[in-house]
Amino acid sequence: MNKFFSITIFLGLILSNFSCAQDLKPFDNEIENSLITDEINYEMELVFEDENIIWAIEFFEDNSILATVKSGSLFHYKNGNKTEIMGLPEIYLRGQGGLLDIAFHPNFKENKWLYLSYASEDAGEKGGNTTIARAKLIENSLLDLEVLYKAAPNTRKGQHFGGRLEFDNDNYLYFSVGDRGNRDIYPQDITLDGGKIYRINDDGTIPDDNPFYNTPNSKKAIYSFGHRNPQGMFKHPITGKIWTNEHGPRGGDEINIIKKGKNYGWPKITYGINYSGTTITKKKSLPNMEQPLYYWLPSIAPSCFEYISSDIYPNWNGSLLAGALVFKYVERIGLKDNKVISRSKIAEDLGRPRDIKQGNDGYIYVSIEGKGIYKILPKK
Amino acid sequence: MKYINLILFFFPLFIYSQNDSLDISIKKGKSLYEDFCLRCHMPNGKGQEGIIPPLAKSDFLFKHMEESIKAIKFGGIEGEIIVNGVKYNSKMEKMGLYDDEIADIMNYTLNSWGNKYGKMIKENYVKSLKE
Repeated sequence: MNKFFSITIFLGLILSNFSCAQDLKPFDNEIENSLITDEINYEMELVFEDENIIWAIEFFEDNSILATVKSGSLFHYKNGNKTEIMGLPEIYLRGQGGLLDIAFHPNFKENKWLYLSYASEDAGEKGGNTTIARAKLIENSLLDLEVLYKAAPNTRKGQHFGGRLEFDNDNYLYFSVGDRGNRDIYPQDITLDGGKIYRINDDGTIPDDNPFYNTPNSKKAIYSFGHRNPQGMFKHPITGKIWTNEHGPRGGDEINIIKKGKNYGWPKITYGINYSGTTITKKKSLPNMEQPLYYWLPSIAPSCFEYISSDIYPNWNGSLLAGALVFKYVERIGLKDNKVISRSKIAEDLGRPRDIKQGNDGYIYVSIEGKGIYKILPKK
Repeated sequence: MKYINLILFFFPLFIYSQNDSLDISIKKGKSLYEDFCLRCHMPNGKGQEGIIPPLAKSDFLFKHMEESIKAIKFGGIEGEIIVNGVKYNSKMEKMGLYDDEIADIMNYTLNSWGNKYGKMIKENYVKSLKE
């Protein structure tokens, strides 16, 4: 009797230990992936069917959805109807490039500015590169389109356009440009585009307190550098900081909080290796280079990033969502004091998630390649 | 006799230049494959079973070559296909590749990971394919 009693206490202690919020370290090997749990208290409701790749979604005030299709079209989804928005610029469809993200100006209601990121080809060198533009969205048309930033030079490479957009609380616009498949040249050189997070004013001018504003020959819009391909970005609703996730090499996907002027290390430091299995560098840290808040092993290929600030889902408020292109699920990342404490799967096997956003109604919406836009509902 | 000698002299050169251009195409195809295809079809061309069809020793690729080239050119194949006895139904996206690049990728794919194909896929052939 006594023996059983102590065993029960012992087991109880172990269990309580596991259920406590503990810091979940990045995995040491790919087998530990099985530690990721399955969420069960939710349902997926398909709200708009679409066979294309919806790369980005945003919400109007009435919670209807504006969505980009990667191959180069823009749609407004409302009450079951789909209306095409006309007046897009010419889009360069190549590999991972196409029409990418959209963002409403924080004061969209008055000024009607919509911000777009896309790959463009223009006169000059062959190929294309990431481009940021804005236009007035009036009655299903884009008017007065102006290019605010174009990364140079053009290249025919198909990878790493970056392209996520996000406004902060001071109306600065942040955007990412990936290393464009040329990791040894671009990410560590602030006189060149690529492998950077940028910060510009809402009219495309460059803030004079940008970190490299006074550095000779620098690209003055750069805010941080040493990135590979950041495709996920959100503004933290409490701190106002910009958070990103980025596609690393094999085993080196990262979560970062973006700090002014900092070097995030790619490709001088990384937790990943080449896709072929060969080494990029043995160094995982170096002085004056930022460590990620978390890295994924194996790589999930994070396509998007969102912070849940809604109380609709029990226990999800304050956690992060990332689309896992490789494994075809949405990953919920539990956080405590900026440390990862849990990882769990949502929407497994539906397809490749491209964008995740919390709507104005507090519900989470996910766009899935070839399927459309889903709403996540808590199970009753 | 003289002519035959001439032909005998030039014939190996002709063969050589054919192989040479195929080699160049395969080489170009390899770097394009690494850029546009490898992430899904994997470095060894084996794909991911049930999700991404294999290209290495793929019965579908050799039996439906025209359809496969069109899939690269116009973006995916509609509906379910069966490759080496396994069902696949995920649409490949259009990569925006030029016709010469598609030919290079085909030449690389058709001559890698145990695949062997006697002929060379040419740019003009890719160009001639309509949706």
